Amino acid sequence: MPVIEASELTKTYGELRAVDEISFAVSPGESFGLLGPNGAGKSTTMRMIGGTTLRTSGTLLVNGLDPEVRGPEVRANLGVVPQQDNLDTELRARDNLIMYGRYFGLPYSYLRPRADELLEFAQLTEKADEKVDNLSGGMKRRLTIARALVNEPRILLLDEPTTGLDPQARHILWDRLFRLKEQGVTLIVTTHFMDEAEQLCDRLIVMDRGRIVAEGSPADLIRRYATREVLEVRFGSDRNAALVERLRGFADRIEPLPDRVLLYTEDGEGALEAVRREGLEPVTSLVRRSSLEDVFLRLTGRSLID
Amino acid sequence: MTDLLDTNALAYSGRALDAATQAASVRRWGWWFQAEWRLRSMKAYWTSIIGTALLTPLLYVLAMGIGLGSLVDAHAGGIGGVAYLTFVAPGLLVSTVVMSGTAEMSYPVMAGFKWGRLYYARATTAASPQQVALGELLAVFIRLLAEALVFYVVLVVMGAVRPGWSLLMVPVAGLAGMAFGAPLGAYAGTIENEGPEFALIQRFVVMPMFLFAGTFFPLASMPIYLQWVGWISPMWHGSQLARAAGFGMPLSGGEVLMHLSFLVGVTAVGVWLALRSFVARLGR
Repeated sequence: MPVIEASELTKTYGELRAVDEISFAVSPGESFGLLGPNGAGKSTTMRMIGGTTLRTSGTLLVNGLDPEVRGPEVRANLGVVPQQDNLDTELRARDNLIMYGRYFGLPYSYLRPRADELLEFAQLTEKADEKVDNLSGGMKRRLTIARALVNEPRILLLDEPTTGLDPQARHILWDRLFRLKEQGVTLIVTTHFMDEAEQLCDRLIVMDRGRIVAEGSPADLIRRYATREVLEVRFGSDRNAALVERLRGFADRIEPLPDRVLLYTEDGEGALEAVRREGLEPVTSLVRRSSLEDVFLRLTGRSLID
Repeated sequence: MTDLLDTNALAYSGRALDAATQAASVRRWGWWFQAEWRLRSMKAYWTSIIGTALLTPLLYVLAMGIGLGSLVDAHAGGIGGVAYLTFVAPGLLVSTVVMSGTAEMSYPVMAGFKWGRLYYARATTAASPQQVALGELLAVFIRLLAEALVFYVVLVVMGAVRPGWSLLMVPVAGLAGMAFGAPLGAYAGTIENEGPEFALIQRFVVMPMFLFAGTFFPLASMPIYLQWVGWISPMWHGSQLARAAGFGMPLSGGEVLMHLSFLVGVTAVGVWLALRSFVARLGR
């Protein structure tokens, strides 16, 4: 039985259809991603799963229960890491964990040792008695994840877990999430970073303007909607557009962007050589593997990060 | 370095109550779990709560009772047959508590939605939005009772109030505080962006209420066209009851019932509005 099952799930705010009849199912232990730009409806979907935002129509079951009717039962099995940290900045790190655990009705005799374990897990043992205000962004994020684990939920909702973190902090965080995955925890991750989606997700849906535009594993989506490699060439912003027609023969597909032209091909180096032989000398060039960014561009005609 | 297995065991201890037990406990006691932490978080300004509760009556008694009071007593022979200090003390207790209620249900509530967003954190736990609101109101009510009690003890020690039934002014003050605080909390929950709202309420609602709703002189001594300020003000209804408790100011049974029903009624409507306001805001 899927742990989460959404069918024609919809949320409207006045005229705006923030989430527009989306359907998906998540299996136990799966890492499931919602990829899309800001405003695609990812966070709204997450809040509906927790039953905190009420849906406009459609059905939604979490562990077989409707979160709007059985909110306490559903949320007792969910760990939520919201997009914006909402730790109590006046309290010490440890007290934040204990406090949050109290909201689940857990006794202090359980919470005190539990808080220490979670601080250790989040690599924050030395910061246990620091006020949250004095923690760095990455530490706050790890504390928020630790907080979400205080009642030992089997499903973790992570809304943009690494947005705003530097690369090192992101890798530490990803490592912690991998370990949760190894424990069989179901992870639901929203992100607008393709590398994050590729790192963390077994399977994902690509969302745009409230709708699902594609679904599959990262590799699967890349295979389906992009070529193996991409050649990026720049000729200067005034010439890029003018040269598109001449470049067309060198790739399966061409995507002209304002600052560069993307050539989708199985063999990037080969294409670059061919372009040069034609007498076209780009100012800069780059051959790389296709990513989910390319998938998104293909599907929507826009890039993920505006 | 801790090895991988140890770290994994840290994430899941297996000791937690199962989800169904957590949910059952929260369905029953969630309102209290919420209140408990609001009270604990007041620890951060606990000294200021107690300090205010100790100092305010001290200053008032010195200024009003001994300064102004000696003048009133000498020229008018007190108010309604009692010394001015005796008359004014219950009113000061009630109005101070109402003002604390104003402070607790204005910026902190807006902050819960807007700045620290703590209400959103609480709403992602097993608790319901109604429980978040109830816990908040209950915690503030308890805090107001505690302040009223300290204030009362100072009044007794300074001889402004005789101990005994006058203790009833403590719950009366708490109730008056909620009669203003609960509707204010409901309103604070609807504010999207910080504007001048609370400053305006302070200046044009709370201050006039403090000055003109029978705290410092009987409402009846004001022209009739201004007396409505008292009639609609929790401070006046609270002060009247507190005076009856404090020095036996004569009130008919009907008057007692009227004052009490006003405070209870407005508080009940305020609580209902606050629940609606929290549910609407958290459920978006």
